[in-house]
Amino acid sequence: MEDTAPRITQTASAEGPCVTLLGAWTAARLAEPAAWSAVNAALRNAGPVQWDLRQVQSLDHTGAQLLWNAWGRKWPLKHQLLSDQQAMLDRVASYTPNAPAPAPQSFLQRARSTLWLKFLGLGGMLFHLFDHGKDLVRLLGQLALDIGRLLRAPHKGPWRDVSGHMYRIGASAMPITALVGFLIGVVLAYLMSQQLRQFGADAFIVDVLGISLIRELGPVLAAILIAGRSGSAITAQIGVMRVTEELDAMTVMGIAQGFRLVMPRALAMAVAMPLIAVWTTLAALLGGMLAADLVLGVTPEFFAVALPAAVQASNLTLSVSKSIVFGLMIALIGCHYGLRIKPNTESLGEGTTASVVTSITMVILVDALFAVVFSDVGI
Amino acid sequence: MTANSFAQPERRQQPRDVMVDIQGLWSIFRTAGVDSVIHKDLSLTITKGEMLSLVGGSGSGKTVLLRKVLGLNKPSRGTVTVLGKPASELGAEGAASRVGMLFQHGALFSAFSVLDNIAFPLRELRTLPDDLVRDAALVKLQMVGLDRKQADKMPSDLSGGMIKRVALARALIMDPPLLLLDEPTAGLDPDSADAFCTLLRSLHRELNLTVLMVTHDLDTLFELSTRIAVLADKQVIVSGPPREVIAFPHPFIHNFFLGERGQRAMELLREYPFAV
Repeated sequence: MEDTAPRITQTASAEGPCVTLLGAWTAARLAEPAAWSAVNAALRNAGPVQWDLRQVQSLDHTGAQLLWNAWGRKWPLKHQLLSDQQAMLDRVASYTPNAPAPAPQSFLQRARSTLWLKFLGLGGMLFHLFDHGKDLVRLLGQLALDIGRLLRAPHKGPWRDVSGHMYRIGASAMPITALVGFLIGVVLAYLMSQQLRQFGADAFIVDVLGISLIRELGPVLAAILIAGRSGSAITAQIGVMRVTEELDAMTVMGIAQGFRLVMPRALAMAVAMPLIAVWTTLAALLGGMLAADLVLGVTPEFFAVALPAAVQASNLTLSVSKSIVFGLMIALIGCHYGLRIKPNTESLGEGTTASVVTSITMVILVDALFAVVFSDVGI
Repeated sequence: MTANSFAQPERRQQPRDVMVDIQGLWSIFRTAGVDSVIHKDLSLTITKGEMLSLVGGSGSGKTVLLRKVLGLNKPSRGTVTVLGKPASELGAEGAASRVGMLFQHGALFSAFSVLDNIAFPLRELRTLPDDLVRDAALVKLQMVGLDRKQADKMPSDLSGGMIKRVALARALIMDPPLLLLDEPTAGLDPDSADAFCTLLRSLHRELNLTVLMVTHDLDTLFELSTRIAVLADKQVIVSGPPREVIAFPHPFIHNFFLGERGQRAMELLREYPFAV
């Protein structure tokens, strides 16, 4: 016998009106919108009368709960049930409190309490920020101690980890950084050439591209890409280790988390980041060179000869040292958020997002700082 | 007594009483270019109201078989029919009202509170009002022996036994006729394991459930199962009531039931005539 939709019919009998339930009173059937609205309306209209459940095809706990709630959480005066329906309703009755849920607070009360909570939240935020700062300082200090330990006994260092991370952070990021750098170079060269041509200053494309790409765009572009690519990976890796209790296992074995997790990533990042920055800059210069040749007729030979004259070598030093700072920062922020993750999936997602957003913001912030402090170097 | 003598009578059951029907199942995994056969022409039928335990050594494919019944893995060959439909169609809408699954580690949604975990399948129907869903979830919470106070806790704050109970409540929220259990008592202390067994037995009786479970725990095995199926040599070598299974001559069965641990559990068998 196929289950049919739950229905209610009301008939008059000698002992007054009788409500007869038909069909399947199961969660899946009740949840069909048409059936639900019909049943709900009929239940509300049915008064304290005689209830007949014997023709119900199947009743589950949700259906029983619905009836029990409709009866006002007490047995109706007259009811006719099968024995297993009786058992199910008994169970529902014994586990459902008699009183319905307490009345909600008044609007004013609620508004006052939410306002107060928001005010308290402000202070909580400040403490939260302070907490982050403290953790980051601790992480930095631990990194310094770990590097000291590594320098004292370099043969005991986690070199395999370092080289593995270097490959994953650096070598495997080469195609994507090259592509992005190349395209940015082309775009910049095209836009600049429109302006420069108006003044007949075609040859200055070399100066403009050289300074902007080598000093600013190359390192920042590379850092943003790596922050999105590897910063998130670092946070997620360490976070999953927290979820699966691997971090606790390491602690129990007496393996220092700072030395084995944070330091290899920081070192690998500090080495890989400047290399990737130079690589991105080269790709961008190549793109700019080709576009300049196409649009302005500035030949690659001229570009190659004019570039060293236009850009001082100190720009390259600045760019590389900036990249080392970026790399260290991305690794530390990634590890910091990874270690803070709590063992649940939501925290993992939040931590990874926060890690990427924070590291990209910090990269741009620190870049601005470099631009102000070293404004008289290389230009 | 051979394997076939057990397999044959089951096929004569009325088709509507068959909850799970596995015929000629092959499971082949390919790792690094090498095929490893887990199940070879395996057949098993579960009828309504049974409490069937799957027993087998580590790596004998018990959990794989459970996943096939759930439709999570596709059979390499053969058919798995659950409630009259191919298992692969099980995962469609409304699956929670057909089959409940208790995963070994609970598989609770860590971002939800206990009550939200239990109510999740009901809420997903999107029609039932929130207070009804809440009441229904609270009833299930108390049916598995938990207190209303636990309702707002997060899964990370629960003990192992409580996680299993909450997971069981979630599996039962839509009152499915078929319940699958993967190691229901693994990782529980003896007291909790006993309490959990008692709970399962009473739910089995009260809700008229059909249960398929995988277990290594001999106490659980003898306390609960109405039938035991032994997986060895890539097939179900024997299935039947506990006493018949123990009498079956096979080295695995001998080691499993008649080893030192087995002997101790057999004592229980005498105390719990229910199982036989």
